[in-house]
Amino acid sequence: MEKGVNPKGKSGGPLIRLADVTKVYPLPAGDVTAIDHLSLEVDRGDFVAVMGVSGSGKSTLLNLIGCLDVPTSGDLYLNGVNVRNLADDPLTELRRDTIGFVFQQFNLIPLLTAFENVEFPLILARGRNGDLGREEIGKQCRAVLSSVGLDQDLATHKPSELSGGQQQRVAIARALVNDPDILLCDEPTGNLDTRTGTTIMELLAAMNRAGKTIIMVTHDQRVAGYARRRIELVDGRLA
Amino acid sequence: MILFDYARRNIRLHWFRSFLAVIGIVIGVVAISSMGVLGNSLVLSISDTLTTVGDTIVVYPQSGAGPVGGGGGTTSFRITPRQVDQITRAVGTNLVIPVHTGADRVTMGREDRAVALYGLDPADIPELLELEDGIYLRSTTGAMAGKRLAEEFDLNVGSTVVIGGDGERVRIVGILKERGMGFDINPDYALVVSDRWYESTYGEEGYGMVIVKVKDLEEINAVKTAIEDALNRRTDVVTVLDTRAILQTIMDAFNNISTFTTAIGGISLIVAGVSILNVMMMSVTERTREIGIIRSIGAKRKEVMRIFLYEALVLGLIGSAIGGILSFGGAYLAVSVMLQSTTYLFVPSSLVYILYGMLFGIGTSLLSGLYPAWRAANLNPIEALRHD
Repeated sequence: MEKGVNPKGKSGGPLIRLADVTKVYPLPAGDVTAIDHLSLEVDRGDFVAVMGVSGSGKSTLLNLIGCLDVPTSGDLYLNGVNVRNLADDPLTELRRDTIGFVFQQFNLIPLLTAFENVEFPLILARGRNGDLGREEIGKQCRAVLSSVGLDQDLATHKPSELSGGQQQRVAIARALVNDPDILLCDEPTGNLDTRTGTTIMELLAAMNRAGKTIIMVTHDQRVAGYARRRIELVDGRLA
Repeated sequence: MILFDYARRNIRLHWFRSFLAVIGIVIGVVAISSMGVLGNSLVLSISDTLTTVGDTIVVYPQSGAGPVGGGGGTTSFRITPRQVDQITRAVGTNLVIPVHTGADRVTMGREDRAVALYGLDPADIPELLELEDGIYLRSTTGAMAGKRLAEEFDLNVGSTVVIGGDGERVRIVGILKERGMGFDINPDYALVVSDRWYESTYGEEGYGMVIVKVKDLEEINAVKTAIEDALNRRTDVVTVLDTRAILQTIMDAFNNISTFTTAIGGISLIVAGVSILNVMMMSVTERTREIGIIRSIGAKRKEVMRIFLYEALVLGLIGSAIGGILSFGGAYLAVSVMLQSTTYLFVPSSLVYILYGMLFGIGTSLLSGLYPAWRAANLNPIEALRHD
């Protein structure tokens, strides 16, 4: 593990802490302030629903916590590590080891089978320095696939051969495979019918009960009902 | 390994355009290899034609006979016996062979031709020339015939020829082995007679050239300098050539030709590189969203870069492998058309060009993949994820 990145489960403070975070996107038409002096703390084991109309800064907040972007000003701590001044590689490692993404469009890699999609982040994280052998990688992937309730027979299929619900299960398995502290879900049921959406939400709730901290962007009240806590963003600020 | 596997699958998915890009590499590799083999075969065949007289220094009278052609019947510039003595002193233990050079009308059977004549001390002849048939010249009279001359005029051991207008009959005692073009003497199409006979027939003005055989090749430059120092003290009276340098000059010229033809082959590889670049750029654009996904699940920039470089590498490997195999055919064709002989096709120094061609093919692919891979690696993951 890179220096400066804390091992998991360390620190008594909040898992996620935003201190006066601002994110400005410079555009030719003028700067856009997506997140405006936002301060927020999320404790380990929490399940936060982030609500708000489109353009309110929900996605930006998720990208910042997900280490896909860094704040323009202010500090963002994950597990006590300030991400603001991290270079791309340590930021990527932090994301790889601490964060799991679940997207609305599932975002599986179409060329790879369900199993390989799950395997990919694990290999990136631990499979290439001889940390884990092929056997062990396979074992862990099968375990995580069964924990999301995906039939083992489906693991050899390409994403295009799976239903939306099955794809989202694979995506959740992929997000979980590196045993991250945080699951970031961006409208996880947005592309699913109500019934399938419910089963996915129940799966996420179960993951939360098992100890995963979840931050979920949604504008579906019913889906937000699964969260322990709701926050609403308006123009990049807490409402 | 998953990165490589992933790259391989993407090529398979887009097999048709990958195939087109590979064709470019194949053509480039075949062009480079064939041209390289052709050039090398050319050099080899030339160097086989030329006698490998690397150990020889030739001293000509200044403005006298030229280095190649050997004849030069003019009597105005000759190396005098005194100068030969100076040379002998200058070169120490190395062998000095003064050569009378001239030409005369020779009647062979019914034919009557001007033929080059070399007058040599019979003791020196075995040092310089190899025997094909008969015996070496031992006495003052008699002559040895060059192979080509003998073939053309049907001369055998025991034949007689008539040299000169006076009509002195001379018996052929031996036929010389074919020697190829040399920078000292060219006996293939000439008669070799004894120095005594030559002097009694044509007078004793001096020698057309002096050949110095150097025992130790390392000394060749020192010997050359010694001769020049001894004879060209005030004015240049002799020209001193060492055959190795001449040979080297000619070889360099042919090597340059060979390099040039290979470079022409290289141009087709550049075209192939552009086509790989194009395919890779398409791949990056199409897979922008995928790159965003891969980045979001924890792939570093260099890992994304590696995926695309693997893709270029696979294209290069396939193209070079096919190209390498086809190169044998291409080279065979080029060599047999240009040289009418494929003797030099399967020698290591030719085959190494096929290896070069393949390495260039792989290198070109990787180089062409570099920019697209860099582009992919430096995409903003958020924007890439939003891309459709």
